[in-house]
Amino acid sequence: MTVRISITVNGRRFDRDVEPRQLLVHFIRDLGGFTGTKIGCDTSQCGSCTVLLDGVAMKSCTCLAVQADGSEVITIEGLAKEGQLHPLQEAFWNKHGLQCGFCTPGMIMASHELLRTNPKPTDDAIRHGLAGNLCRCTGYQNIVRAVREAATAMAK
Amino acid sequence: MSSRIFGSGIRRREDPRLITGAATYTDDLTMPGMLHAVMLRSPHAYAKITRIDTSRARQAPGVIASYTGADVNLNAMPCAWLPPNSSLKIAKYPTVAVDTVRYVGDIVAVVVAETPEQGYDALELIDVEYRPLNASLDPQKSCAPGAPQLHEDVPSNLAFQWTVSGGDVDAAFKNADVVVKERIVQQRLIPNAMEPRAALAKWAGASGELTLWNTTQNPHILRYLTSVVTGIAEDKLRVIAPEVGGGFGCKIPAYPGEFLAIFASRKLNRPVKWTETRSENYQATTHGRDHVQEVELAATKDGTILGIRARSWSAMGAYLSTAAPGIPTILHGLMLSGVYNVPAIKEDVYGVYTNATPVEAYRGAGRPEATFIIERMVDKLAAELTMDPVAVRQKNLIPKFENGHSVATGLTYDSGDYPGILKKLLDHVNYEALRKEQAAARTAGKIMGIGVGTYVEICGLGPSQVASAVGFQGGLWESAIVRVHPTGKVNVFIGASPHGQGEETTFAQLVAAEIGVAVDDVKVVHGDTETTPMGWGTYGSRTTAVGGAALVLATRKVKEKAKLLAAHLLEAAVEDMDYDDGKFFVKGSPDKAKTIQDIALMANLSWNMPPGMEGGLEASMFYDPPNFTYPFGAHLAVVEIDGDTGDVTLKRYVAIDDCGPQINPIIVEGQVHGGVVQGIGQALWEEAVYDANGQLVTGSMLDYALPRADRLPNIEVLSTVTPSPHHPLGLKGIGEAGTIASTATVYNAVMDALAPMGVKTLRMPFTPERVWRAIHAGGKSGGN
Ligand code: FES
Ligand code: FES
Repeated sequence: MTVRISITVNGRRFDRDVEPRQLLVHFIRDLGGFTGTKIGCDTSQCGSCTVLLDGVAMKSCTCLAVQADGSEVITIEGLAKEGQLHPLQEAFWNKHGLQCGFCTPGMIMASHELLRTNPKPTDDAIRHGLAGNLCRCTGYQNIVRAVREAATAMAK
Repeated sequence: MSSRIFGSGIRRREDPRLITGAATYTDDLTMPGMLHAVMLRSPHAYAKITRIDTSRARQAPGVIASYTGADVNLNAMPCAWLPPNSSLKIAKYPTVAVDTVRYVGDIVAVVVAETPEQGYDALELIDVEYRPLNASLDPQKSCAPGAPQLHEDVPSNLAFQWTVSGGDVDAAFKNADVVVKERIVQQRLIPNAMEPRAALAKWAGASGELTLWNTTQNPHILRYLTSVVTGIAEDKLRVIAPEVGGGFGCKIPAYPGEFLAIFASRKLNRPVKWTETRSENYQATTHGRDHVQEVELAATKDGTILGIRARSWSAMGAYLSTAAPGIPTILHGLMLSGVYNVPAIKEDVYGVYTNATPVEAYRGAGRPEATFIIERMVDKLAAELTMDPVAVRQKNLIPKFENGHSVATGLTYDSGDYPGILKKLLDHVNYEALRKEQAAARTAGKIMGIGVGTYVEICGLGPSQVASAVGFQGGLWESAIVRVHPTGKVNVFIGASPHGQGEETTFAQLVAAEIGVAVDDVKVVHGDTETTPMGWGTYGSRTTAVGGAALVLATRKVKEKAKLLAAHLLEAAVEDMDYDDGKFFVKGSPDKAKTIQDIALMANLSWNMPPGMEGGLEASMFYDPPNFTYPFGAHLAVVEIDGDTGDVTLKRYVAIDDCGPQINPIIVEGQVHGGVVQGIGQALWEEAVYDANGQLVTGSMLDYALPRADRLPNIEVLSTVTPSPHHPLGLKGIGEAGTIASTATVYNAVMDALAPMGVKTLRMPFTPERVWRAIHAGGKSGGN
């Protein structure tokens, strides 16, 4: 059995027949062209799959594609506008906030949410805000620096 | 600019693709006609398979094929590190279990389907009957009489027995005023690279060629092993490591998964992808550590160390993974004396099969365990003699040396200044004031602890002759090709395979610094056996130490040729030529010059070459290091413990490391951060727990406590610079340093905090429950 749904991803609308059990993260990754969203676990712990669903960050492995019917999704590929990196992307680059890069798309999307809800976070608030995203490479310190720098840049 | 580019913290050129989602990891690949392999894994730790029937699964929608152990005709999984004089017994390790399963996660069948979901559905339809057997998990008990035997041809489950010794240990203990003892449990850890493992195999039937995309740290080793296991000739095999999402050792070995993808692709003549789930990763991607050690240290009453004697039982898991036997032996035992003068050492190491996931290298691989032993014992000795742990260290540290220091185990450290780095640490934190602060905190009823850890590691693996002497079935040199194009742009091809460490950037910096091209004019190519020269891979903090040396020497060959050509073009004698910042000129007349770009163009055109000179501007270097490199450091941790809950908070962490000159200090700092946090994870949170039946209790990220951002302080990172005397640029390596130091450092801090309560020993990780119980039991705590 499949269900017809329509989801807009990074500004492009996709009408697809999907199995009701299909996770949003698989829907996105299987569209062809949007594999930036990563799958790091099967227990909703790692945050690698974080995307914006109607502007709010969510772990796309915790949501069925059918639940996102009619929604607008922004993934890491949709963050840069007209070739201009988002201040968060720029800051992760400047502050060496990534090594292998696997957690990075989710980390940036989660940071996006953090700054949306708290534009001037303390280091402590950044650390708490990102506690749902795992990174095995960086020890988080440069990620905290990056989010701090992005917050400053975005306040301007 | 060239002189400034070395040592400059420029942004990484890897990052634009990674921060935009454009990077391609193995699981991101798709191709027309691609099928998906999924694995049925054993739910039992040890059992006989009495019946297996895949006929229902074969009928399921989308299923193309299924295979059991009887169908798969691949050779057994190879073990490639055979420590000499160790009575090594390599038990047969089939890609798919035939009649016996030996750990939860052992593969019993493979299903290949049009989609992964169809594959998973079909797994439910495979009928397997098992006759469960008693499992054996503890390495000490597994080799004791009466333990279940895992492999027919391995009595007592003893995979090997290896001894390191140097100096007169018996005399050391006879002459000792004090002997301190400890039983140490180096708990089993799960590497948790954030990218699960994946493989995509594409067989081209017409040409008999196979391409494998794989999450590997060493594509060339994998090609070699793939040819051994599948029988496909090496020249017909291409292994590509695309973007790789972290490794930490668990992506060194070859696994059944990739070989089964190859097997299926060949059978079906279609591309076959396999991607593990995180649950499978926990069960079947290699683990690390899992040793039990009984250690004694002999000393005089003024705190001078006389000797160490130890026995270590190292669980290997159900089978020997690719490099596993070398880790608790060579990479561990030879480093037992650490930064100290220890005249006598003996350790007996028993490698034991257990009904658990095979172990492999895990960041630091053997060296964190060695550092832990000596750093723990030094603190025990200090406690026994009521000396300050720093004073005991200062008494025993090897004095500064610049070119070689031999230790009792037979190694020759390259260079080090251990007293210097410890002093820098003490000055930085104002150690005396910190101890006073602690005394005041204690008076105020707080539980505060200070831990110091000093370390030296062996890395830059390593001289190939030594590799041979210690049974490593490969070479340990590295390779680089430097190719200067007509426009003066440079491609570098390296045999190593970075996966997050940033060598696309730092290696470009090396080339830019050597021949004066812009760093943006250098592109580093790696990870593809078809385009890069043979190399042994990225692990053991060796890529910069060995591969970087190969690259510098290859670049210098290019420069040498460029100089000859410049002399020819300027009609000057070679002896009269000078070089500065990308320009070759006649001594004394800097305007009679040719740039490296001028020369690249002429070399590639070859219109006007000196007699006998070949065209092109390219050089390659296969560099075999004369010795290992020995980075070192001194770390300090401050912890506070909540007496009501047992919760340990890390208040402060200082890391001072010496990896020689730093190509890019920002990248070095990042390596230290990540390494330190992984080691902290072992001390405070992480442990792979099996129950008595061999079920992995911590089988998901929910149950296995990984370090998270909110539980960590900012780490203070400092450094000293002691060049290696044998590396062309003095570089040593920094990938594993943090992990090697931090577990012992944090452990010592927690034990220091608990000392007033009479707690003398406690098992890692320091979970709140364990710490709370220890506080409440005081000196009567069960310890390890
Ligand atoms: S893949 Fe969604 S949280 Fe891990
Ligand atoms: S950068 Fe590798 S997991 Fe975060």
